[in-house]
Amino acid sequence: MKMHYDVEGGEFINVGTASSQFKKTLKMLGIGADIIRRISISMYEAEINMVIHANGGSIDTEITPERIHVVLQDQGPGIENLDLAMKAGYSTASRQAREMGFGAGMGLQNMKRNCDELQISSVLGEGTRVEITVYLNQES
Amino acid sequence: MTIGSIKECLEAHYYCGEEYQGDTLEYCYSCDLMSDVLAYVKNNVILLTGLVHPQVIRTAEMLDIRAIMIVRGKRPSEEIIEMAKEGGIVLMGTRHSLFTASGILFGNGMRGEEITHDENAL
Ligand SMILES: Nc1ncnc2c1ncn2[C@@H]1O[C@H](COP(=O)(O)OP(=O)(O)O)[C@@H](O)[C@H]1O
Ligand SMILES: [Mg+2]
Repeated sequence: MKMHYDVEGGEFINVGTASSQFKKTLKMLGIGADIIRRISISMYEAEINMVIHANGGSIDTEITPERIHVVLQDQGPGIENLDLAMKAGYSTASRQAREMGFGAGMGLQNMKRNCDELQISSVLGEGTRVEITVYLNQES
Repeated sequence: MTIGSIKECLEAHYYCGEEYQGDTLEYCYSCDLMSDVLAYVKNNVILLTGLVHPQVIRTAEMLDIRAIMIVRGKRPSEEIIEMAKEGGIVLMGTRHSLFTASGILFGNGMRGEEITHDENAL
């Protein structure tokens, strides 16, 4: 089962709409609460990043019997130094992002902790692609 | 504590979700930083916050947080209340500060999240 979401930039107020819709779909499919929670946290962090750092983008999700796979692609500024960006506390978030309670520099760490596989590729000036995978049948 | 007794202790009022007043919560997390909430909340908490922004509701929704107490008498917009209603989240308000409200709940036996930092994360 595949789904596509367009994520607007600028509109900070709507951040998380895609993650919220996807979470509802997962609930309807009867997927386990812990798995839903882990994919939701990871996807929401990534969606926030896409809005506050990259002016929006698109999200494609795929659910198979084995896994949930979420790909977030933006045409933003890209990440110059991925190792640095992964460090807890590192953030280039704007004041506006901080005012809504984000920009602590813990999002990438939190994504990594909650999903089974995290792949980030980024080209400076071209954009960032984040792939999140959570497996469905491994833990009980 | 039940949501109803939390409301009484903090002399709070409901913006929505009164129908869940009989539900019980054991944990509390007090914070204005949603990034922290996303990183540290593990249990079934009531979120105490002075931040009034739609992202507070969104964040709660993502973590299955059932109840939010807005402190310092801040008022949520209609839009925020609507979002909470839609998500089946209890939204309340109290005039107490974040510190005082947290203290009252701690004194009544509510527990906090155990935060264990990743050695190489910080
Ligand atoms: N999609 C993105 N486009 C450009 N930069 C990004 C993106 N995602 C993350 N970053 C960079 O990585 C940093 C760390 O991200 P994160 O850990 O989520 O912290 P925060 O979002 O709180 O700043 C950001 O401050 C930003 O510089
Ligand atoms: Mg982030």
